[in-house]
Amino acid sequence: MVLFVVLLVFMIIGSIIAIEARNLLSSVISVGTVGFALSIAFLLLGAPDIAITQIVVEVIALIILIRGTISLDNTAIEKHRDTFAMVSALVFFGIFLAFSYVALKDMPEFGKPLMKVSQGYLQRGLQRTGAANIVMSIVLDFRGYDTLGEATVLFTSILGAFVVLRKRGRKKKEERDRARVGIPGDL
Amino acid sequence: MIVYLLTFILFVMGLYCLVAKKNVVKKVIGIVIMDYAVNLLLILVGYRRGGVAPILLKGMDRAKFTTQSVDPLPQALVLTSIVIGLGVLALMVALCIRLYEKYKTFDMSEIRRLRG
Repeated sequence: MVLFVVLLVFMIIGSIIAIEARNLLSSVISVGTVGFALSIAFLLLGAPDIAITQIVVEVIALIILIRGTISLDNTAIEKHRDTFAMVSALVFFGIFLAFSYVALKDMPEFGKPLMKVSQGYLQRGLQRTGAANIVMSIVLDFRGYDTLGEATVLFTSILGAFVVLRKRGRKKKEERDRARVGIPGDL
Repeated sequence: MIVYLLTFILFVMGLYCLVAKKNVVKKVIGIVIMDYAVNLLLILVGYRRGGVAPILLKGMDRAKFTTQSVDPLPQALVLTSIVIGLGVLALMVALCIRLYEKYKTFDMSEIRRLRG
């Protein structure tokens, strides 16, 4: 329990640094520390599969984020700070936290899960699917359609990223639009 | 209880970053932090005190395993959620790169043609 509190405080401090850092690159690296602390937390919570996945995903996410920021303009934006928006956002988040505290009273106590559905998975997972790892038997067998939908979402998002980033076929249309509407090229 | 509350605070950090920051990449980072917080909350709900990982080893007592293991269902769902988070992150960063190519800035208030 104390260990999780320490890890979570570390993650919160890392996220504060990530939010408030002036340089975008240091902010991205702070997010990386939060992600790796998260994978340690998963390992301590009895979820080794998720810890491994989190490490792999974290490394790839860092590569993607650094690709997005490294050669571009990564100075801080502080020309116009909107103090009213900031203060009102903080007030509303305080209210949100108060309501979530009330809602948390109805949740199962930490360390005592409900286990209504998963009891059956744990009892019969080995006979039904032949998998020693119960998590994998759920992902690939009991909830296989869910995984299929996940693969579809993944494919769609990567396709979207490719369409957004592709170079061919974009230039010509853009120039034609510009000529017709008359938007200046450089803003 | 305090663990849940700290997770909520982490979530609110990400939400604040998403709402109050002007930089587009900072907004993406806020969404990533919210993603982490939600995944961690789901795993925390399924944790059993002193529980073992839901993997059957050789020579393990089946009945004892059922009462000792942590909840495998949120783990299976979070496993898919993490990977989806990566795909969405790739899409968001691609949009950021395109916005930078077009407007030469990450500042939301400078990107004029997005205004309503």
